[in-house]
Amino acid sequence: MSLRERFEITSGFRMWSRGLIGVGVLSLIIGFFVYGTGDDAHQAKFWGVLLHNSIYFLMVTNAVMFFFAATTLAMAGFQISFKRVTEAIAACVPVIGTITFIILLIIVFGHKSMIYEWLDKTKVAKDAALSGKRGFLNPGFFMTWTIAAIGLWSLIGLKMRQISRKSDDHPMSLEEGKKFVFKNTVWAALFIVWYALTVAAVIPWLWMMSFAAHWYSTLYSWYIFASTFVAGVALISIFVVYMKNKGYLEYTNREHLHDLGKFQFAFSIFWTYLWFAQFMLIWYANISEETIYFKARAEGAYSGIFFLNLVINFLAPILIYMSTPSKRNYTIVTFMSVALLFGHWLDFYQIVFGSILPDHVTMNLFDFGIAAGFVGIIIFQTGRVMSKYPLLAKNNPFFKESIIHYT
Amino acid sequence: MAIKKFVVGSFEEEEVLFKAVRKVRSAGYKLYDVYTPMAIHGLDKAMGLRDTSIPTAGFIYGISGTTTALLGISYTLVWDWPLNIGGKPHFSLPAWIPIMFELTVLFSAVGMVLTFCYLCQMAPFVRKHHFSLRATDDRFVMVIECTAKTNEEELKLFLSQAGAEEVHTQMAETGWWLGSYSRNRKTFENPNAILA
Repeated sequence: MSLRERFEITSGFRMWSRGLIGVGVLSLIIGFFVYGTGDDAHQAKFWGVLLHNSIYFLMVTNAVMFFFAATTLAMAGFQISFKRVTEAIAACVPVIGTITFIILLIIVFGHKSMIYEWLDKTKVAKDAALSGKRGFLNPGFFMTWTIAAIGLWSLIGLKMRQISRKSDDHPMSLEEGKKFVFKNTVWAALFIVWYALTVAAVIPWLWMMSFAAHWYSTLYSWYIFASTFVAGVALISIFVVYMKNKGYLEYTNREHLHDLGKFQFAFSIFWTYLWFAQFMLIWYANISEETIYFKARAEGAYSGIFFLNLVINFLAPILIYMSTPSKRNYTIVTFMSVALLFGHWLDFYQIVFGSILPDHVTMNLFDFGIAAGFVGIIIFQTGRVMSKYPLLAKNNPFFKESIIHYT
Repeated sequence: MAIKKFVVGSFEEEEVLFKAVRKVRSAGYKLYDVYTPMAIHGLDKAMGLRDTSIPTAGFIYGISGTTTALLGISYTLVWDWPLNIGGKPHFSLPAWIPIMFELTVLFSAVGMVLTFCYLCQMAPFVRKHHFSLRATDDRFVMVIECTAKTNEEELKLFLSQAGAEEVHTQMAETGWWLGSYSRNRKTFENPNAILA
């Protein structure tokens, strides 16, 4: 069997990635003139759309990085055969991270208080709850964490990809293999600690929970993590299926796809568990300062999206992914992966806009255009990285385990 | 419940066993079962076993658990003895979901274990014939049922050529029985008496 070393970017692939980025840039320009310079509601829409999409796609690609780190730390053999695809998607983190950083920088230092109400100093001074949170919700603290989070995600990701690529030079001896695995373990552990501190704690509180600065939920960050992790594994599945269809990844087969399907299934249930835990406690206690969050969502303008979200992200996976054959079927996995990516995008939509524009749903072509732009960036960057470096980590100590993998 | 004649071959190596299983099936012998000390991936496919129906059974048990919980709580809290708890409606689904979930898990778990035991004919005091005790230790034991057409000597030779370390014929009860092993063993000591 001849192996195809590198991904060759076809003209169709190039056209799609550049076309989608073009749609995104066009939407940004049109959106800026339609919404970006108007009154508060218009500006809230403009910056809300940018934030929603940039945070969502950054968190999703970063969840792919987490998948890579977690499976490396767990010494999981199955992921080695498509490891380079995971790495290539994770290489989007620096790119989308920079975009997110610029957007947050403009919002925070441009005092866009229609997005983050805690940016309005006179309002904070009058409000007991907000002034009590001033130590946490202030521009300095916010930006420090943002820079540190995005910077370290990118740097540790870069380091882990470098270690992985170094193994391509020559076959490893037993001693070298042991050293390689240990080195990977150390960096993966570092990434996971930092990921836990940022994504599973501070970053969603700062970036998203502070849209409604009075309201708080302790498992909010976990909820965001579960949401993005499902979408991240879905993204990996889509790319793996695409590469299989193009005749790459010769050693990846249904067994590996089955494991990705299991991840999607399991974490969809985990997401629902967190969704319900957050909902039920607030519903049961029935304290008005907490239930305000669900007022706009479960009963107000966003109720359609709110329950559609539950159908796509819970009912569809549990019913479709329940049986073994469906997790091994390329068509079903592709369909469900796209559905879950969209479903969690919707989830983020109601999280962001249910707080900053609670009165009515303003979803329109601008939302989809910007989302298309980010999808284009992910396709472009992933394709570029896959075409640059070998697709099979053939000297990895776990490579054989990955080939003979059987579920 | 029937006493049948079996040819039992013991194998030392997993790879040899796999090849032998395929040979036996393609030669048209009636493969009764393969007993191994540990689970072997892919052996079920090599033997041509159909997929297990445990998941379907589990789904049905789970659904009945959900229904039981829903009906039980509705009966007590809505129909039989409605209570005002914190001003919540009597029929308040969110509060019930944890219990519905727990009963779903309980019913499906217990139901699947019992179904599994039933399918494997495992229960307290129930005995089944062991073809070779070394199947619990270090041998892979393949059992082939002798039909009217099977030539026993030819089959034995076939198995040894396929790599079996040890081949012998056994008369065995295919079903389960209550009681002890030693008492019932005696029945099988003279194979010809029973076959005739």
